[in-house]
Amino acid sequence: MTDRPYWQWSAGEIAGAVAAGKASGDEVVRAHEAQADLWEPHVHAFLTRVPGGIPSSDAPALAPGQRPLLSGVPVAIKDNLVTRGVRTTCGSKILEHYVPPYDATVVARLKAHGARIVGKSNLDEFAMGSSTENSGYGPSRNPYDVSRVPGGSSGGSAVAVATGQAAVGLGSETGGSVRQPAAFTNLLGLKPTYGRLSRYGLVAFASSMDQVGVFSRSAADGARVLAALSGHDPLDATSLPGPALDFEALDLGPETANGLVVGVPRALLGDGLDDDVAEGQRIVEAALQAAGATVREVHLLPPSSWVATYYLLATAEASSNLARFDGIRYGLRKSASNVLDLYRETREAGFGAEVKRRILLGTYALSAGYYDAYYGKAQKARRRIQQDLAAALEGCDALLFPTTPTPAFKLGEKADDPLAMYLSDIFTIGANLAGLPALSVPAGFTGGGLPVGVQFTARASREDVLYRLAAALEHQLTDPKERRWPTKPS
Amino acid sequence: MAYETVLGLEVHIQLATRSKLFCACPNEFAGEPNTRVCPVCLALPGALPTLNAAAPAMVARLGLALGATVHERSIFSRKNYFYPDMPKDYQISQYDRPIVTGGFLDIGTAQAPHRVPITRVHLEEDTGKSSHPEKPGDREETRLDFNRCGVPLAEMVSEPAMRSAEEAFAYLVALRRLVRWLGISDGDMEKGSLRCDANVSIRPVGAKEFGTRSEIKNLNSIMGVKNAILAEVARQTGVLDAGGTITQATLLWDQDKERLQVMRSKEEAHDYRYFPEPDLPPLDFPAAALEAERAALPELPLDRARRFEAALGLPAYDADLLTDAKDLADYFEETVVAGAPAKAAANWIGNDVLRTLKETGRSLPEFAATLPPARFAALLNLAAGGTLSSKLARDLFAVLLREEGEPAELAKRHGLVQESDAGALLAVAEAVLDANPSVTADFLGGKDKALTFLVGQLMKETKGRANPALAQQVLREALSRRGTPN
Repeated sequence: MTDRPYWQWSAGEIAGAVAAGKASGDEVVRAHEAQADLWEPHVHAFLTRVPGGIPSSDAPALAPGQRPLLSGVPVAIKDNLVTRGVRTTCGSKILEHYVPPYDATVVARLKAHGARIVGKSNLDEFAMGSSTENSGYGPSRNPYDVSRVPGGSSGGSAVAVATGQAAVGLGSETGGSVRQPAAFTNLLGLKPTYGRLSRYGLVAFASSMDQVGVFSRSAADGARVLAALSGHDPLDATSLPGPALDFEALDLGPETANGLVVGVPRALLGDGLDDDVAEGQRIVEAALQAAGATVREVHLLPPSSWVATYYLLATAEASSNLARFDGIRYGLRKSASNVLDLYRETREAGFGAEVKRRILLGTYALSAGYYDAYYGKAQKARRRIQQDLAAALEGCDALLFPTTPTPAFKLGEKADDPLAMYLSDIFTIGANLAGLPALSVPAGFTGGGLPVGVQFTARASREDVLYRLAAALEHQLTDPKERRWPTKPS
Repeated sequence: MAYETVLGLEVHIQLATRSKLFCACPNEFAGEPNTRVCPVCLALPGALPTLNAAAPAMVARLGLALGATVHERSIFSRKNYFYPDMPKDYQISQYDRPIVTGGFLDIGTAQAPHRVPITRVHLEEDTGKSSHPEKPGDREETRLDFNRCGVPLAEMVSEPAMRSAEEAFAYLVALRRLVRWLGISDGDMEKGSLRCDANVSIRPVGAKEFGTRSEIKNLNSIMGVKNAILAEVARQTGVLDAGGTITQATLLWDQDKERLQVMRSKEEAHDYRYFPEPDLPPLDFPAAALEAERAALPELPLDRARRFEAALGLPAYDADLLTDAKDLADYFEETVVAGAPAKAAANWIGNDVLRTLKETGRSLPEFAATLPPARFAALLNLAAGGTLSSKLARDLFAVLLREEGEPAELAKRHGLVQESDAGALLAVAEAVLDANPSVTADFLGGKDKALTFLVGQLMKETKGRANPALAQQVLREALSRRGTPN
């Protein structure tokens, strides 16, 4: 089929070969494990590796008429997706030894489709962060420059896919946590429509925005994973009906973007934008036009209110969602002479600084006397942001703007400045607040060899448009088979 | 000084759904600790709630029965506080947009109606249970049982409109009857299916302003509610009479010691940081669903009592008694529909049926399986038609509970048929007179009362089968042959 090593194969190539008996799933997994052995000492993508992959003997059966889409495909999943019998830490010391008794719905569906989950990947503790530096188990590093962060919070999965330790990966987004690391590591990163992928078994950060996301090295692989994992889940009351897209019918050919209209909010591309990022945006706009798409300017309110709105709502929900880590039923428990001290000591020892900061912020925002001024006002702002994005999308199929203002930053560069760290998400969180699907796609490299990404945002449930635009760029710019792999440091 | 008591009640009603509110675990009383639990009700990381639609339907039914507004859209909210038997460390409840607002609970009778205005009814989840060391020597540990965690509760809040502990008592009795009537709860306060918090304050008679209230928690019997309120009213009266002021507080009622304890004062009050529950979409009750619920609503107790009086001519006492429970009213009505005279059916149910239930410990449905309304009606008609004396009817009633078969046939088989053949009875009468010459002589000598004894003897000889009127008639006839009564 190809003489490239298995770890360079796409998920589609692996699934096809394994299903046809032309490749052994075990051998495919071994090739990816060999990559992990080479890379892990330098990048730390995984918190828990599972040799041979997590057994899928307990997988539910596929629905009648469904065929497995991921046979033998090695997948990295973020360690805030619960896995039956395999430790799930959320990057936190409070869950260091926690072994869940059930599978997240997306995990069960990966198993059902024949995927091989090769490990649980690193993340900022409870997905709170933009660099994986907030992991309780040490940071992951960017394979394109190990002195730099891979982005976060889903940095581990991004690194695993970027280095060939896995063919595709799952992350989660609350505010850009898949798209930002995808942009930093030369990947596609999808944040689906809110409700598109089940949240059952995704450990909650901010429930009204949390969404499982997909890392891939090609549009076809991303769409394949989305098709396999989507579909209504009765265990999630916010789950949308029906599959995200018809994978077999999806046109990812060279003409697929012909006639699509892409809106660019120029006002967002002002000061503070890195030159290489601006160049990436220009390259992508030109490529889209070459592919037959129309690019035109749209009006969007400045995203300055996005960050404030996001941090009020997300921390408020987090303060409640993380209450259950109290030392009573599972996870870390510090002994104490009374129950209040037990809570205090357990949470003091178990949570890292950023998690504590956000719990305090959120608790404050919900407090009597402050609710209207903070949480209530942020809810109103959120509705306005939703309306603004919807209005911008009225005359076009997707919006296009950079995923991040800069390429990957250095480890430690923003670690002591939470506000600077929060602002690295300035372009991504609009889609989270509005519940819209958004996809970060590679947009070249800086002169220093760092990946750059731009993102498309579409109307609700139009993930198909996102992957069609991404496929058009692949035809215009870089064939995924010719991707620029990172070089292992010597 | 004379004071007026002001009371409002908050009652948690455990709803009789088959499964819990947000997961598929069975909603059943008791069971080994922590056997009716799953990732959702244990709040394992990643688990999410999904709504059991049977629960809001029950709250809507209650709302309709209260004549309240059932809102087309309501919102679940999180009530945040830490407690070891509450696994999420927040409770999914409703805050500013409950399912039901307004309405009244009828606490009077059809004859003496009295209504208590209702503020709201909302839906929320129950917590687990903690057991603490109870006596010296017990291990110093708290045990947690999460079986009850996530059981659906309707919280019904009254206006502060009651003015005596007796009214509070009547409110709970009426509410218990209503929830059972609607089939939404077993209403058993001792089992915790109804749990009551009472808000108590007093004010000088004639005052317009409310006094400072205290909230009494942990009231788990209807009598306990009454006693706790009386104790708290006495305490507040003492404080005010001594020139003191009432401070807002939460009190616990110790059922065993019949004593109030201070649980927390206002300064320690929680800030629950309510906010809309993001894991659950708004709870929508479309107009069509509400109409279906309204159509399925049974005739309510007071309406039914009034109909029994007006249409069946029952006295108020009977009508109230029969509408104490829906299955009782149904049984009565089906018996009447099957042809029994209404008053006789009411008497029999009020006496014999209820006594039998009490003696045997059976439920009415179990009883009715043995003696369905049609069979019961046949018995009542035998009695009404003069075929059976009331004594024979009671004997036959006992037989019907033991044996299968048609009442008329069983009566025959057991000889429970009235002897109405004058010729046959005359022979027995002669024999009775022969056997009791002195009494016979007394009667003939003018002692009219002696006849009662002779009738009794005749009934005894016939094992009670003689038609009582006919028995007297033939005795007089036989006596008249032996002499002339004076």
